[in-house]
Amino acid sequence: MATINLKLIKNPFSKENPITVQVLGICSALAVTAKLQPAVVMALSVMVVVSLANVIISLLRNTIPSRIRIIVQLVIVSLLVILVDQVLKALVYDVSKQLSVFVGLIITNCIVMGRLEAFAMSHKPFDSFLDGIGNGLGYAAILITLGFIRELFGSGTLWGFKVIPQIFYDWGYQNNSLMIMPPMALILVGLIIWFQRSRNKDLCEE
Amino acid sequence: MFSNRYIYIYSIILVVCAAAILTFAAVGLKPMQDRNVRVEKMQQLLDAVGISSTTKDAQEKFDEYFTEQYAVNLKGEVVGKIVNGKQILGKVNPFSLDEKKQFSLAKNKDENALLPIYICTKQGKKQYVIPVRGNGLWGAIWGNIALDEDLKTVVGVNFSHKGETPGLGAEITTDNFKNQFKGKTIFDGDKFTSISVIKRADKANLHQVDAISGGTMTSNGVSDMLKDCLGYYIPYFNSVKK
Repeated sequence: MATINLKLIKNPFSKENPITVQVLGICSALAVTAKLQPAVVMALSVMVVVSLANVIISLLRNTIPSRIRIIVQLVIVSLLVILVDQVLKALVYDVSKQLSVFVGLIITNCIVMGRLEAFAMSHKPFDSFLDGIGNGLGYAAILITLGFIRELFGSGTLWGFKVIPQIFYDWGYQNNSLMIMPPMALILVGLIIWFQRSRNKDLCEE
Repeated sequence: MFSNRYIYIYSIILVVCAAAILTFAAVGLKPMQDRNVRVEKMQQLLDAVGISSTTKDAQEKFDEYFTEQYAVNLKGEVVGKIVNGKQILGKVNPFSLDEKKQFSLAKNKDENALLPIYICTKQGKKQYVIPVRGNGLWGAIWGNIALDEDLKTVVGVNFSHKGETPGLGAEITTDNFKNQFKGKTIFDGDKFTSISVIKRADKANLHQVDAISGGTMTSNGVSDMLKDCLGYYIPYFNSVKK
Protein backbone atom coordinates (compact mmCIF):
# COMPACT_ATOMS: atom_id res chain seq x y z
CA MET A 1 0.00 0.00 0.00
CA ALA A 2 1.44 3.28 -1.04
CA THR A 3 1.87 5.91 1.62
CA ILE A 4 -0.22 8.99 1.18
CA ASN A 5 1.89 11.68 -0.35
CA LEU A 6 0.37 14.75 1.28
CA LYS A 7 2.28 17.11 -0.96
CA LEU A 8 0.07 15.99 -3.84
CA ILE A 9 -2.96 17.30 -2.02
CA LYS A 10 -1.38 20.36 -0.41
CA ASN A 11 0.54 21.87 -3.31
CA PRO A 12 -2.42 22.52 -5.59
CA PHE A 13 -3.79 24.73 -2.83
CA SER A 14 -0.85 27.09 -2.83
CA LYS A 15 2.10 27.12 -5.15
CA GLU A 16 0.62 24.80 -7.78
CA ASN A 17 -2.93 26.06 -7.74
CA PRO A 18 -4.57 25.11 -11.03
CA ILE A 19 -6.29 28.47 -11.46
CA THR A 20 -4.03 31.10 -9.97
CA VAL A 21 -0.65 29.57 -10.80
CA GLN A 22 -1.16 27.18 -13.69
CA VAL A 23 -3.92 29.45 -15.04
CA LEU A 24 -6.07 26.51 -16.17
CA GLY A 25 -9.85 26.28 -16.00
CA ILE A 26 -10.26 30.06 -16.00
CA CYS A 27 -13.23 29.84 -18.35
CA SER A 28 -15.45 27.92 -15.96
CA ALA A 29 -14.16 29.91 -12.99
CA LEU A 30 -15.62 33.01 -14.62
CA ALA A 31 -18.80 31.42 -15.89
CA VAL A 32 -20.22 29.51 -12.93
CA THR A 33 -19.29 31.69 -9.97
CA ALA A 34 -22.05 34.33 -10.05
CA LYS A 35 -23.75 32.29 -7.33
CA LEU A 36 -22.25 30.11 -4.62
CA GLN A 37 -24.29 26.94 -5.15
CA PRO A 38 -23.43 26.21 -8.78
CA ALA A 39 -19.80 27.02 -7.97
CA VAL A 40 -19.75 24.35 -5.24
CA VAL A 41 -21.49 21.70 -7.35
CA MET A 42 -19.22 22.45 -10.30
CA ALA A 43 -16.16 22.14 -8.07
CA LEU A 44 -17.36 18.77 -6.78
CA SER A 45 -18.09 17.46 -10.28
CA VAL A 46 -14.68 18.53 -11.54
CA MET A 47 -13.06 16.88 -8.55
CA VAL A 48 -14.84 13.59 -9.27
CA VAL A 49 -14.03 13.68 -12.97
CA VAL A 50 -10.40 14.70 -12.62
CA SER A 51 -9.59 12.13 -9.93
CA LEU A 52 -11.35 9.24 -11.70
CA ALA A 53 -9.87 10.18 -15.07
CA ASN A 54 -6.45 10.36 -13.43
CA VAL A 55 -6.85 6.85 -12.01
CA ILE A 56 -8.07 5.34 -15.28
CA ILE A 57 -5.39 7.00 -17.39
CA SER A 58 -2.75 6.05 -14.86
CA LEU A 59 -3.86 2.40 -14.98
CA LEU A 60 -3.73 2.44 -18.76
CA ARG A 61 -0.62 4.61 -19.04
CA ASN A 62 1.75 1.85 -20.16
CA THR A 63 -0.62 0.62 -22.84
CA ILE A 64 -1.50 3.98 -24.38
CA PRO A 65 0.34 4.63 -27.65
CA SER A 66 1.84 8.10 -27.28
CA ARG A 67 0.75 9.11 -30.78
CA ILE A 68 -2.92 8.93 -29.88
CA ARG A 69 -2.70 9.70 -26.17
CA ILE A 70 -4.65 12.96 -26.32
CA ILE A 71 -7.52 11.22 -28.11
CA VAL A 72 -7.50 8.41 -25.54
CA GLN A 73 -7.59 11.00 -22.74
CA LEU A 74 -10.47 12.79 -24.40
CA VAL A 75 -12.47 9.58 -24.78
CA ILE A 76 -11.98 8.74 -21.10
CA VAL A 77 -12.84 12.26 -19.95
CA SER A 78 -15.96 12.54 -22.08
CA LEU A 79 -17.03 9.06 -21.00
CA LEU A 80 -16.80 10.11 -17.34
CA VAL A 81 -18.48 13.45 -17.90
CA ILE A 82 -21.44 11.94 -19.72
CA LEU A 83 -21.70 9.26 -17.06
CA VAL A 84 -21.69 11.87 -14.28
CA ASP A 85 -24.31 13.85 -16.18
CA GLN A 86 -26.57 10.82 -16.65
CA VAL A 87 -26.26 9.75 -13.02
CA LEU A 88 -26.99 13.28 -11.78
CA LYS A 89 -30.05 13.42 -14.03
CA ALA A 90 -31.35 10.14 -12.67
CA LEU A 91 -30.58 10.55 -8.99
CA VAL A 92 -30.34 14.25 -8.14
CA TYR A 93 -32.38 15.93 -10.84
CA ASP A 94 -32.43 19.34 -9.12
CA VAL A 95 -28.66 19.56 -8.96
CA SER A 96 -28.30 18.45 -12.53
CA LYS A 97 -30.63 21.24 -13.61
CA GLN A 98 -28.51 23.73 -11.69
CA LEU A 99 -25.45 22.64 -13.61
CA SER A 100 -27.11 22.17 -17.00
CA VAL A 101 -24.49 23.31 -19.49
CA PHE A 102 -21.60 23.36 -17.05
CA VAL A 103 -21.35 19.58 -16.73
CA GLY A 104 -20.65 19.30 -20.44
CA LEU A 105 -18.07 22.05 -20.07
CA ILE A 106 -15.99 19.86 -17.77
CA ILE A 107 -14.83 18.05 -20.91
CA THR A 108 -13.19 21.24 -22.11
CA ASN A 109 -11.85 22.15 -18.68
CA CYS A 110 -8.11 22.40 -19.18
CA ILE A 111 -7.41 21.20 -15.64
CA VAL A 112 -8.62 17.70 -16.47
CA MET A 113 -6.56 17.35 -19.64
CA GLY A 114 -3.67 19.19 -18.03
CA ARG A 115 -3.44 16.80 -15.08
CA LEU A 116 -3.83 13.72 -17.26
CA GLU A 117 -1.02 14.85 -19.53
CA ALA A 118 1.28 16.25 -16.86
CA PHE A 119 0.75 13.76 -14.06
CA ALA A 120 -1.35 10.65 -14.66
CA MET A 121 0.59 9.60 -17.78
CA SER A 122 3.72 9.17 -15.68
CA HIS A 123 2.59 8.28 -12.16
CA LYS A 124 1.02 5.38 -10.26
CA PRO A 125 -2.78 5.17 -9.88
CA PHE A 126 -2.95 6.02 -6.18
CA ASP A 127 -0.70 9.07 -6.50
CA SER A 128 -2.71 10.13 -9.53
CA PHE A 129 -5.91 9.82 -7.54
CA LEU A 130 -4.48 12.08 -4.83
CA ASP A 131 -3.27 14.51 -7.46
CA GLY A 132 -6.80 14.63 -8.88
CA ILE A 133 -8.33 15.24 -5.48
CA GLY A 134 -5.71 17.89 -4.70
CA ASN A 135 -6.27 19.77 -7.93
CA GLY A 136 -10.01 19.45 -7.53
CA LEU A 137 -9.68 21.02 -4.09
CA GLY A 138 -7.40 23.78 -5.35
CA TYR A 139 -9.93 24.54 -8.07
CA ALA A 140 -12.77 24.38 -5.54
CA ALA A 141 -11.02 26.81 -3.18
CA ILE A 142 -10.83 29.51 -5.84
CA LEU A 143 -14.34 28.83 -7.20
CA ILE A 144 -15.90 29.00 -3.76
CA THR A 145 -14.02 32.19 -2.86
CA LEU A 146 -15.21 33.80 -6.09
CA GLY A 147 -18.77 32.52 -5.70
CA PHE A 148 -18.88 33.81 -2.12
CA ILE A 149 -17.66 37.31 -2.95
CA ARG A 150 -19.70 37.63 -6.13
CA GLU A 151 -22.99 36.40 -4.68
CA LEU A 152 -22.58 38.43 -1.50
CA PHE A 153 -21.88 41.74 -3.22
CA GLY A 154 -23.69 41.07 -6.45
CA SER A 155 -27.00 39.74 -5.14
CA GLY A 156 -26.82 40.32 -1.38
CA THR A 157 -27.43 36.61 -0.82
CA LEU A 158 -25.44 33.49 0.03
CA TRP A 159 -26.59 30.06 -1.16
CA GLY A 160 -29.81 31.82 -2.18
CA PHE A 161 -30.53 33.17 1.32
CA LYS A 162 -30.64 36.88 1.95
CA VAL A 163 -27.76 37.92 4.19
CA ILE A 164 -27.55 41.67 3.71
CA PRO A 165 -30.37 43.07 5.86
CA GLN A 166 -33.13 45.09 4.21
CA ILE A 167 -32.24 48.12 6.33
CA PHE A 168 -28.98 48.56 4.39
CA TYR A 169 -30.98 48.86 1.19
CA ASP A 170 -33.29 51.36 2.85
CA TRP A 171 -30.23 53.47 3.64
CA GLY A 172 -29.25 53.48 0.00
CA TYR A 173 -26.99 50.43 -0.31
CA GLN A 174 -27.12 48.85 -3.76
CA ASN A 175 -26.10 45.49 -5.10
CA ASN A 176 -23.11 45.76 -7.37
CA SER A 177 -24.31 44.50 -10.76
CA LEU A 178 -20.76 44.39 -12.08
CA MET A 179 -20.09 41.57 -9.59
CA ILE A 180 -22.50 39.30 -11.46
CA MET A 181 -20.79 39.90 -14.78
CA PRO A 182 -17.90 37.65 -15.85
CA PRO A 183 -15.39 40.54 -16.19
CA MET A 184 -15.55 41.11 -12.44
CA ALA A 185 -14.65 37.48 -11.87
CA LEU A 186 -11.54 38.00 -13.99
CA ILE A 187 -10.63 41.07 -11.95
CA LEU A 188 -11.13 39.11 -8.73
CA VAL A 189 -8.97 36.23 -10.01
CA GLY A 190 -6.32 38.84 -10.83
CA LEU A 191 -6.51 40.23 -7.32
CA ILE A 192 -6.18 36.74 -5.81
CA ILE A 193 -3.13 36.06 -8.01
CA TRP A 194 -1.62 39.40 -6.95
CA PHE A 195 -2.24 38.65 -3.29
CA GLN A 196 -0.82 35.17 -3.59
CA ARG A 197 2.33 36.32 -5.40
CA SER A 198 3.02 39.09 -2.95
CA ARG A 199 2.89 36.53 -0.13
CA ASN A 200 4.86 33.78 -1.86
CA LYS A 201 8.13 34.89 -3.39
CA ASP A 202 8.71 31.48 -5.04
CA LEU A 203 6.05 32.34 -7.56
CA CYS A 204 7.66 35.51 -8.82
CA GLU A 205 9.69 35.33 -12.00
CA GLU A 206 13.16 36.83 -11.93
CA MET B 1 7.04 2.16 -29.82
CA PHE B 2 3.71 0.75 -30.75
CA SER B 3 2.87 -0.54 -34.21
CA ASN B 4 0.09 0.96 -36.30
CA ARG B 5 -1.80 -2.28 -35.98
CA TYR B 6 -1.68 -1.98 -32.18
CA ILE B 7 -2.90 1.62 -32.36
CA TYR B 8 -5.86 0.70 -34.55
CA ILE B 9 -6.90 -2.21 -32.37
CA TYR B 10 -6.36 -0.15 -29.21
CA SER B 11 -8.58 2.70 -30.40
CA ILE B 12 -11.31 0.35 -31.61
CA ILE B 13 -11.45 -1.51 -28.30
CA LEU B 14 -11.38 1.72 -26.32
CA VAL B 15 -14.19 3.32 -28.26
CA VAL B 16 -16.36 0.20 -28.27
CA CYS B 17 -15.94 -0.19 -24.51
CA ALA B 18 -16.77 3.48 -23.92
CA ALA B 19 -19.83 3.25 -26.15
CA ALA B 20 -21.01 0.08 -24.43
CA ILE B 21 -20.71 1.62 -20.96
CA LEU B 22 -22.59 4.74 -22.04
CA THR B 23 -25.33 2.73 -23.71
CA PHE B 24 -25.88 0.63 -20.61
CA ALA B 25 -25.92 3.73 -18.44
CA ALA B 26 -28.32 5.58 -20.74
CA VAL B 27 -30.73 2.67 -21.11
CA GLY B 28 -30.53 1.70 -17.45
CA LEU B 29 -31.09 5.20 -16.12
CA LYS B 30 -33.73 6.23 -18.67
CA PRO B 31 -36.81 5.19 -16.63
CA MET B 32 -35.57 7.15 -13.62
CA GLN B 33 -34.77 10.19 -15.75
CA ASP B 34 -38.18 10.09 -17.46
CA ARG B 35 -39.86 9.85 -14.10
CA ASN B 36 -37.91 12.89 -12.89
CA VAL B 37 -39.01 14.85 -15.94
CA ARG B 38 -42.67 13.94 -15.40
CA VAL B 39 -42.47 14.80 -11.72
CA GLU B 40 -40.82 18.10 -12.53
CA LYS B 41 -43.60 18.96 -14.99
CA MET B 42 -46.19 18.19 -12.32
CA GLN B 43 -44.33 20.33 -9.79
CA GLN B 44 -44.22 23.22 -12.21
CA LEU B 45 -47.94 22.97 -12.92
CA LEU B 46 -48.64 22.84 -9.19
CA ASP B 47 -46.35 25.78 -8.58
CA ALA B 48 -48.29 27.90 -11.09
CA VAL B 49 -51.46 27.53 -9.03
CA GLY B 50 -49.54 28.22 -5.84
CA ILE B 51 -49.26 24.72 -4.43
CA SER B 52 -45.81 23.78 -3.23
CA SER B 53 -44.84 20.15 -3.64
CA THR B 54 -41.83 17.93 -3.16
CA THR B 55 -40.58 15.33 -5.58
CA LYS B 56 -42.25 12.70 -3.38
CA ASP B 57 -45.79 14.04 -3.13
CA ALA B 58 -45.98 15.72 -6.56
CA GLN B 59 -47.85 12.83 -8.22
CA GLU B 60 -50.35 12.60 -5.39
CA LYS B 61 -51.03 16.33 -5.26
CA PHE B 62 -51.21 16.54 -9.03
CA ASP B 63 -53.91 13.85 -9.13
CA GLU B 64 -55.77 15.58 -6.33
CA TYR B 65 -55.88 19.09 -7.81
CA PHE B 66 -55.59 18.65 -11.56
CA THR B 67 -58.75 16.63 -12.01
CA GLU B 68 -59.30 17.62 -15.64
CA GLN B 69 -56.85 17.74 -18.50
CA TYR B 70 -57.85 18.79 -22.01
CA ALA B 71 -56.22 18.83 -25.39
CA VAL B 72 -57.61 21.55 -27.64
CA ASN B 73 -56.98 22.32 -31.29
CA LEU B 74 -56.42 25.71 -32.88
CA LYS B 75 -60.15 26.13 -33.54
CA GLY B 76 -60.77 25.93 -29.84
CA GLU B 77 -62.43 22.51 -29.93
CA VAL B 78 -61.67 20.05 -27.16
CA VAL B 79 -60.39 16.87 -28.81
CA GLY B 80 -59.00 15.01 -25.83
CA LYS B 81 -60.29 14.98 -22.31
CA ILE B 82 -59.12 13.22 -19.19
CA VAL B 83 -61.23 13.54 -16.08
CA ASN B 84 -60.10 12.00 -12.81
CA GLY B 85 -57.54 9.90 -14.61
CA LYS B 86 -60.03 8.49 -17.13
CA GLN B 87 -59.98 9.25 -20.83
CA ILE B 88 -63.53 10.35 -21.60
CA LEU B 89 -63.02 11.99 -24.99
CA GLY B 90 -60.63 11.26 -27.84
CA LYS B 91 -57.40 9.36 -27.49
CA VAL B 92 -54.91 12.12 -26.76
CA ASN B 93 -53.32 12.28 -23.34
CA PRO B 94 -52.74 16.02 -22.80
CA PHE B 95 -50.00 15.46 -20.24
CA SER B 96 -47.79 13.46 -22.58
CA LEU B 97 -48.11 15.85 -25.53
CA ASP B 98 -44.74 17.14 -26.67
CA GLU B 99 -45.27 20.86 -26.07
CA LYS B 100 -42.25 21.91 -28.06
CA LYS B 101 -43.51 20.09 -31.15
CA GLN B 102 -47.14 21.14 -30.72
CA PHE B 103 -46.31 24.81 -30.29
CA SER B 104 -44.15 24.83 -33.38
CA LEU B 105 -47.06 23.24 -35.30
CA ALA B 106 -49.35 25.90 -33.88
CA LYS B 107 -46.93 28.61 -34.91
CA ASN B 108 -47.20 27.40 -38.52
CA LYS B 109 -50.98 27.32 -38.15
CA ASP B 110 -50.96 23.56 -38.71
CA GLU B 111 -54.42 22.11 -38.07
CA ASN B 112 -52.94 19.07 -36.36
CA ALA B 113 -51.57 21.09 -33.46
CA LEU B 114 -52.92 19.92 -30.13
CA LEU B 115 -52.54 22.19 -27.14
CA PRO B 116 -52.69 20.93 -23.59
CA ILE B 117 -54.66 22.72 -20.92
CA TYR B 118 -54.84 21.69 -17.28
CA ILE B 119 -57.77 22.47 -15.06
CA CYS B 120 -57.17 22.69 -11.38
CA THR B 121 -60.00 22.58 -8.89
CA LYS B 122 -58.98 24.36 -5.74
CA GLN B 123 -61.45 25.12 -2.97
CA GLY B 124 -64.33 24.57 -5.36
CA LYS B 125 -62.94 27.04 -7.87
CA LYS B 126 -61.63 26.27 -11.30
CA GLN B 127 -58.27 27.55 -12.49
CA TYR B 128 -56.96 27.05 -16.02
CA VAL B 129 -53.28 26.35 -16.38
CA ILE B 130 -51.80 27.06 -19.80
CA PRO B 131 -48.30 25.89 -20.67
CA VAL B 132 -46.13 28.39 -22.56
CA ARG B 133 -42.83 27.94 -24.33
CA GLY B 134 -40.39 30.30 -26.03
CA ASN B 135 -36.81 31.41 -26.36
CA GLY B 136 -34.67 33.41 -24.00
CA LEU B 137 -31.19 34.71 -24.69
CA TRP B 138 -29.26 31.43 -24.63
CA GLY B 139 -31.89 28.77 -25.07
CA ALA B 140 -35.43 27.67 -24.43
CA ILE B 141 -37.57 29.14 -21.69
CA TRP B 142 -40.92 27.68 -20.69
CA GLY B 143 -43.51 27.94 -18.01
CA ASN B 144 -47.12 27.72 -17.01
CA ILE B 145 -49.61 30.48 -16.50
CA ALA B 146 -52.65 29.94 -14.30
CA LEU B 147 -55.82 31.88 -15.11
CA ASP B 148 -58.84 32.41 -12.94
CA GLU B 149 -62.31 31.13 -13.83
CA ASP B 150 -62.92 34.28 -15.91
CA LEU B 151 -60.02 33.19 -18.19
CA LYS B 152 -58.59 36.69 -17.89
CA THR B 153 -56.99 37.24 -14.54
CA VAL B 154 -53.64 35.65 -13.80
CA VAL B 155 -53.50 33.85 -10.47
CA GLY B 156 -49.95 32.61 -10.76
CA VAL B 157 -47.09 31.82 -13.09
CA ASN B 158 -44.09 29.60 -13.16
CA PHE B 159 -41.04 29.91 -15.38
CA SER B 160 -38.07 27.69 -16.12
CA HIS B 161 -35.14 28.08 -18.45
CA LYS B 162 -32.48 25.98 -20.04
CA GLY B 163 -29.45 28.16 -19.52
CA GLU B 164 -30.14 31.84 -18.95
CA THR B 165 -27.41 33.84 -17.22
CA PRO B 166 -27.44 33.30 -13.44
CA GLY B 167 -28.19 36.54 -11.62
CA LEU B 168 -29.56 38.16 -14.80
CA GLY B 169 -31.94 36.36 -17.16
CA ALA B 170 -32.23 33.42 -14.79
CA GLU B 171 -34.01 35.72 -12.33
CA ILE B 172 -37.28 34.99 -14.19
CA THR B 173 -37.62 31.95 -11.93
CA THR B 174 -37.58 34.02 -8.73
CA ASP B 175 -40.66 34.85 -6.70
CA ASN B 176 -39.96 38.58 -7.01
CA PHE B 177 -40.43 38.36 -10.75
CA LYS B 178 -43.27 35.83 -10.74
CA ASN B 179 -45.36 37.59 -8.10
CA GLN B 180 -45.65 40.64 -10.33
CA PHE B 181 -47.96 38.67 -12.61
CA LYS B 182 -50.60 37.98 -9.97
CA GLY B 183 -53.75 39.97 -10.60
CA LYS B 184 -52.71 41.11 -14.07
CA THR B 185 -55.09 40.38 -16.94
CA ILE B 186 -54.47 39.12 -20.44
CA PHE B 187 -57.63 40.64 -21.94
CA ASP B 188 -58.75 44.25 -22.07
CA GLY B 189 -62.50 43.84 -22.45
CA ASP B 190 -62.63 41.38 -25.32
CA LYS B 191 -59.32 42.39 -26.82
CA PHE B 192 -56.33 40.09 -26.22
CA THR B 193 -53.47 42.14 -24.80
CA SER B 194 -51.24 39.51 -23.21
CA ILE B 195 -48.81 40.79 -20.58
CA SER B 196 -45.71 42.69 -21.62
CA VAL B 197 -42.47 42.51 -19.70
CA ILE B 198 -40.98 45.97 -20.13
CA LYS B 199 -38.61 48.39 -18.46
CA ARG B 200 -40.12 50.79 -15.94
CA ALA B 201 -43.53 49.18 -16.18
CA ASP B 202 -46.47 51.09 -14.77
CA LYS B 203 -47.54 49.15 -11.67
CA ALA B 204 -51.15 50.24 -12.14
CA ASN B 205 -51.26 48.94 -15.71
CA LEU B 206 -52.89 45.52 -15.72
CA HIS B 207 -51.02 44.35 -18.81
CA GLN B 208 -47.44 45.18 -17.84
CA VAL B 209 -44.80 43.84 -15.49
CA ASP B 210 -41.29 45.09 -14.78
CA ALA B 211 -38.43 43.54 -16.78
CA ILE B 212 -35.21 42.31 -15.21
CA SER B 213 -32.35 44.78 -15.34
CA GLY B 214 -29.49 43.18 -17.23
CA GLY B 215 -31.85 40.53 -18.53
CA THR B 216 -33.52 42.42 -21.34
CA MET B 217 -33.28 39.66 -23.93
CA THR B 218 -34.75 37.11 -21.54
CA SER B 219 -37.49 39.54 -20.50
CA ASN B 220 -38.38 40.12 -24.14
CA GLY B 221 -38.42 36.36 -24.58
CA VAL B 222 -40.97 36.04 -21.78
CA SER B 223 -43.11 38.75 -23.38
CA ASP B 224 -43.09 37.05 -26.78
CA MET B 225 -43.65 33.63 -25.28
CA LEU B 226 -46.79 34.78 -23.44
CA LYS B 227 -48.12 36.63 -26.45
CA ASP B 228 -47.57 33.75 -28.89
CA CYS B 229 -48.61 30.83 -26.75
CA LEU B 230 -51.63 32.39 -25.06
CA GLY B 231 -52.64 33.57 -28.53
CA TYR B 232 -53.07 29.97 -29.71
CA TYR B 233 -55.66 29.43 -26.99
CA ILE B 234 -57.86 32.44 -27.78
CA PRO B 235 -60.42 30.40 -29.81
CA TYR B 236 -60.74 28.04 -26.86
CA PHE B 237 -61.13 30.91 -24.37
CA ASN B 238 -63.85 32.38 -26.57
CA SER B 239 -65.69 29.05 -26.82
CA VAL B 240 -65.68 28.66 -23.03
CA LYS B 241 -66.86 32.21 -22.45
CA LYS B 242 -69.88 31.76 -24.73
